[in-house]
Amino acid sequence: MRVVITIIGQDQVGIVAMVSTTLAEHNVNILDINQNIINSFFNMVMIADMSAARLSLKDLQQLLREKGEAMGLEIKVQHEDIFKIMHRI
Amino acid sequence: MLSIQDILETNRMIAENKLDVRTITMGISLRDCAHPDIEIFCRNIYDKITRTAERLVRVGEDIEAEYGVPIINKRIAVTPIAIVAESCRSDSYFPVAQALDAAAKTVGVNFIGGFSALVEKGYTKGDKILIQSIPEALARTDRVCASVNLASTKAGINMECVREMGYIIKHAAELTRDRDAIACAKLVVFANVPEDNPFMAGAFHGVGEAETTINVGVSGPGVVKRALEEVRGENFGAVAETIKRTAFKITRVGQLVAQEASRRLGVPFGIIDLSLAPTPAVGDSVAHILEEMGLESCGAPGTTAALALLNDAVKKGGLMASSFVGGLSGAFIPVSEDAGMIRAVEIGSLTLEKLEAMTCVCSVGLDMIAVPGDTSASTISAIIADEAAIGMINNKTTAVRIIPVPGKQVGDRVEFGGLLGHSPILAVNTFKADDFIARGGRIPAPIRSLTN
Repeated sequence: MRVVITIIGQDQVGIVAMVSTTLAEHNVNILDINQNIINSFFNMVMIADMSAARLSLKDLQQLLREKGEAMGLEIKVQHEDIFKIMHRI
Repeated sequence: MLSIQDILETNRMIAENKLDVRTITMGISLRDCAHPDIEIFCRNIYDKITRTAERLVRVGEDIEAEYGVPIINKRIAVTPIAIVAESCRSDSYFPVAQALDAAAKTVGVNFIGGFSALVEKGYTKGDKILIQSIPEALARTDRVCASVNLASTKAGINMECVREMGYIIKHAAELTRDRDAIACAKLVVFANVPEDNPFMAGAFHGVGEAETTINVGVSGPGVVKRALEEVRGENFGAVAETIKRTAFKITRVGQLVAQEASRRLGVPFGIIDLSLAPTPAVGDSVAHILEEMGLESCGAPGTTAALALLNDAVKKGGLMASSFVGGLSGAFIPVSEDAGMIRAVEIGSLTLEKLEAMTCVCSVGLDMIAVPGDTSASTISAIIADEAAIGMINNKTTAVRIIPVPGKQVGDRVEFGGLLGHSPILAVNTFKADDFIARGGRIPAPIRSLTN
């Protein structure tokens, strides 16, 4: 299963490190990263593969939400299909 | 690979423009529950509903979490009770409403529809008992919804039932006078009712349906409004195209949710209802879409044309996005559930007569209309007759959900709470139709050619 992770919040040191370390710890493989900063606002979208992950989607959602909140970020993890079905025929 | 713009667009639709799936509604046939003893019958339906829909709410919540799209309601629709209760030796179906209410509470759905009768051509014994039981059933239960289909293009209008429904609505209002006549908000009177509609209060599981089905109602007026902001000042070709594209995207989300719910519950997928269903929340209004097209306030001249374009473009855009489309599909115009409609009534731009005109081109009819408590039963019947005639002649679904609020006058407000919203009391034409309604009988089915 592939998931889309979106991270939005105030730019600061260590956002990419925190997210990628968390994913690596649970064997979630990053396939694509897209990131930009607009007016010091941090925007990142990651696509990751959870097929060999050592945790469920629900647990990953909760883990990243909590870690994000600690840094003042909003982190969402969603099944990729919601985006594919809307934008691809 | 998905682009960052696509991903951010989808999440903006959800977070800022209130894109949601309005309801996953499980249709359940109760035809195998019939029994002459009403207690056994009630036990049968309670057992069947709680067994069949046991996982509905949990599956809905799982899908919501995994895909990150809100699924506002999980609901149940059952075979019209007038049909399945008919063999019961009883002169009231109120116990059946209690059993439905208890089953809804056990499985955790917020509404259960199907306390219904289909009487467009005439009453059976069960239809009569059911309709008589409606006021008590709605006043003394929390989650049961009732509907009556009393007209169709093929059968004409059952004017006996039109007359009776005036009294039934007044009685239901009286029984819940301490709660702003909330019982009437759970009762819809239809012409040409669809048998697979997932939206309350008019949902039931039609007699031509499978044993169980999953029907999904999408929504998203806020998303359409936001998209139209990008084409301000452009011509109506651009407006229609923008609505179609947006409706396509909204419907795709509904299709995904419906397929997943169907697969996980092991229940066949029925239809997607392509509807723009507003809520009282800011940014979730159909009236604001019409205003975005260039009207100063909903109800101004031009509103009917704007709504016609919107309704048609939503269907055209949504049709290709789903494998099966049905239900009520179109734009709803419930007054108390739409912040823009409420405001339009308050400032005097939207009246009952203009709403009636709008129902000729919207998806349903006069919906969530609060009127003075002293509105007579025959006036309510006459409003129903007018609306049924529009449906019958135009071969479309129309409906009336009207709430005569005891003790309230024009200028007062009512608060229904939650998704049912709040509303000012609308003025009703006070000239009488008593002798017209007293006639009874049937209005014959209309001719379908020579349509001028």
